[in-house]
Amino acid sequence: MTVGSTGTPTTRVIGALALLITGWVVVSAFFITPADSVQGDSVRIMYAHVPTAWIAYLAFVTTAIASGFSVARRHRTLGFDRVAGASAEVGVLFMAMTLITGSLWGRLTWGTFWQWDPRLTTTLFLFVTYVGYLAVRRIDTDPRQRASRSSVIALLAVLEIPLVHFSVVLWRSLHQEASVLNTDGDVRLDGLMLFTLFSGVVAFTLIFAWLVIHRQRLTTLSDLERVVGLDAAIIARRAENSAGVSA
Amino acid sequence: MNTIVAVAKKDLRIEWRTRTLLARVVPFALLVLVLFAVALDSEALLLRAAAGLVWMAMLFSTMLVVQRAFDIETSDAAMDSLLACTAHPSRVFYGKALSLFVQLLALAAVLVTAAVVLYGASVHGNRVVLLVTVVVTATGGLATVGTLYGAVVANMTGRDSLLPLLALPVLAPLLIAASRATEAAFGSQTIDLANGWAWVGVLVVYAIVFGSAGAAAFSPLTESDS
Repeated sequence: MTVGSTGTPTTRVIGALALLITGWVVVSAFFITPADSVQGDSVRIMYAHVPTAWIAYLAFVTTAIASGFSVARRHRTLGFDRVAGASAEVGVLFMAMTLITGSLWGRLTWGTFWQWDPRLTTTLFLFVTYVGYLAVRRIDTDPRQRASRSSVIALLAVLEIPLVHFSVVLWRSLHQEASVLNTDGDVRLDGLMLFTLFSGVVAFTLIFAWLVIHRQRLTTLSDLERVVGLDAAIIARRAENSAGVSA
Repeated sequence: MNTIVAVAKKDLRIEWRTRTLLARVVPFALLVLVLFAVALDSEALLLRAAAGLVWMAMLFSTMLVVQRAFDIETSDAAMDSLLACTAHPSRVFYGKALSLFVQLLALAAVLVTAAVVLYGASVHGNRVVLLVTVVVTATGGLATVGTLYGAVVANMTGRDSLLPLLALPVLAPLLIAASRATEAAFGSQTIDLANGWAWVGVLVVYAIVFGSAGAAAFSPLTESDS
């Protein structure tokens, strides 16, 4: 059995649209939109930063929902588990980009790479949590055991994040250290800037969908390979052997 | 209830006979406190950080105790027989958590004493009540999260490094709350007694949330082993 590609007409359309809109976002973000009156050119980082953060959260919500279904009907199908895993992988990637673009923007705007602000701290813990989730998924084990354990971890993350966020908010509010920096970094957006930002969100959502669809198909194939791979290898060796005998 | 106590007694008896906690974990935790002191190299800084360092040492030591608690179950598939003895896997969860709680409570007592002796932390009057409450509630949270994540990684290859990676981010709220409340009990300048008690509230909520989540998750986690 050979599978040439995990692409289908649908994914090709999604991919092409993603490329097209990303191209527009790049052009608009760098050349067409104006610089911000306060932040100057550093505001352009926002066109990548906000969509990556949005996708990361979308991905983790997808993982949680898919894991919920996976636990609820765990003896029937692994489909939900594969979607959960694929979505978490993409989520970790985008959250890393969020943290990197965010700290670059922070360096330019606040003068520091990192602030122990509740939102930032929670995001960092969320990132580490899903890195751990992916580490569990990488272990070479029975796909059903992988499904049950990783979905429990994903569901616990849903419990963990509000607790982390709440305790960090309480922690920071009690300390009240020099908060001269406005961590909101509000910018006034004109129509074109808002449209570019919106296009960024659409482009990244399409990229997310494209990556998750391909990734979960790939997981299906590699799970399948575990099952049929051994049999296929034995048949191939036998064929070689009999060919050798007859020659 | 009987099952819970029986499972806890079994674990504690194994611990008593092998003395892993006494021979390895307690010395390790004390070593961590000593190394923190060497690394920070300032008595004023140490006194300021004492509460946080005690709970950091607790977190690290919890990882070791949890590994041990599940290694005794998985080495010869003892978990399967244990689960066969009761209709509710959640009772095994609470039993193991109870045993972990008792062991960690003993460790916490040693570490708080060490903070008083080594770091010069002091506890007076009604602050003792706060300190005891913090230690009990935070240890409860550590025991439930520890048991839950111990079950998640049980039987997995590379579980020694997976357990801290998975459990420590989850324990972050506990570390924040327990450190702040202990700071208040140590009579720190930065946080008053009332705020200390507010953090105890967080610790109680935390222990309840993970106590119930752990009991619910224990069944799907252990089922796949058989």
